[in-house]
Amino acid sequence: MAPFAGYEMPIQYKGIVAEHTATRTALGLFDISHMGRLRFDGPRADQLLDHLLTRRVLDMQPGQVRYSLVCNEEGGILDDVLVSCLESPSSKIYFLLVVNASNKDKIVSWLQPHLADFPDVEFHDVTAATAMIAVQGPKAVEACQKLLPASSLQLGYYKAKVTEQMSKPCIVSRTGYTGEDGFELIVRAEDAPRVWENILLSGRDAGAQPVGLGARDTLRLEAGMPLYGHELSEQIDPYTAGLSFACSLKDRQFIGSSFLANRAKESLPVKRVGLSIEGRRAAREESKCFDHDQREIGVVTSGTFSPTLGRPISMAYIHSDLARTGSQIEVDIRGSRAAATIVDLPFYKRP
Amino acid sequence: MTIRPEDLRYCKSHEWAYAPADSGGIATIGISAFAVAELNDLVFMALPLLGQTISAGDEFGEVESVKAVSPMYSPVSGEIVDVNTELVDRLESLNSDPYDQGWIIRIKMSDPTELTKLLDYSAYQKLLSQNG
Repeated sequence: MAPFAGYEMPIQYKGIVAEHTATRTALGLFDISHMGRLRFDGPRADQLLDHLLTRRVLDMQPGQVRYSLVCNEEGGILDDVLVSCLESPSSKIYFLLVVNASNKDKIVSWLQPHLADFPDVEFHDVTAATAMIAVQGPKAVEACQKLLPASSLQLGYYKAKVTEQMSKPCIVSRTGYTGEDGFELIVRAEDAPRVWENILLSGRDAGAQPVGLGARDTLRLEAGMPLYGHELSEQIDPYTAGLSFACSLKDRQFIGSSFLANRAKESLPVKRVGLSIEGRRAAREESKCFDHDQREIGVVTSGTFSPTLGRPISMAYIHSDLARTGSQIEVDIRGSRAAATIVDLPFYKRP
Repeated sequence: MTIRPEDLRYCKSHEWAYAPADSGGIATIGISAFAVAELNDLVFMALPLLGQTISAGDEFGEVESVKAVSPMYSPVSGEIVDVNTELVDRLESLNSDPYDQGWIIRIKMSDPTELTKLLDYSAYQKLLSQNG
């Protein structure tokens, strides 16, 4: 167990590789209750969020989920989030923002002056009252067959729905952070242990495995997904991070939009790339990258030994003019150099 | 030679040293079963060069798992006279045998009294139960 953003989180249950492999081949169960869950009600909730998020919110229909960023005026990334437009059983439309645990307090403070501008928007931090469980892997849907209504099982990718699990309210979202198919469920905190047990039980024959933070990191890294505090920070803008898809600039203004509109036209100094490393040693965060003339050309932001590929992989920011797929570079791994090749992200794509 | 965990001296950083009376002042060094289990999924081990002289507490190598990289510290001072280079190709064997075939280096001790400063088996077990 390790302390993480105020929670005691398991790094591993059975072992990182066993948990990682279970998620890639069967299904993994993740307790992600530490993620922040912020609810916005009221007819102008969409306008408030449209002002705060880099991604368009005004045209969102009930059941849609979008990946977005929260930026400051200078385009620095305050957080990366999932925004969902949901319809309650009483036909009320509301929005849910899922934020990183480590950024939740910052985002809640960031919201305050904007909430004052939208007095009719009701804001609730529902993190403590709810729990969040991710079910990920090729057998995730099958394992949920007996537990969720058919309409939830048929949800498309990046779609969500307020439904029930054994007559208790549950938000089902076809999203995840592993590169696999699956669901993220939000349930009332008091129902969470029962839901967790139910999924473990119904997925037992399929090889269900609880997964800790260790494998959560190796899975997202293989899937090429950025992690706040590593690939993303207030010093990085969405274009540099390779997340231009999460910026809708056309016909709208939001916090950071004028900076980002310029950024979109400029050539970027550095680029986020994948590195495939020779040997067995992982180039971890802060490992420096060099070209063959020994010029420093970038830095690693995350790295691990990839359980699926059986070799070390890293993500790095490399000088844009040198960040060509297939280029050979060198990485300093704690004092010795390893050969590395710049590769396209993701490292792993589900079959 | 059969090395039993009960016969070893331990560092708080989970390395062990084995130097019975008939060892001629040569200590065999490895890492404990607890360390192997904690690291889990070992992928790499960096070993020192033969002939290198090190002091107790110096880093003599590192062991890497999917989770993290951990330095290995020498329990004693002296010259490295043997290195288990075969181990690198069968790191997974440490899971079943971190002691006998899982030894990592041998050191010709310059000061065998350093062994007395290490934890004996029961003191090490106590340390583990406190941490656990």
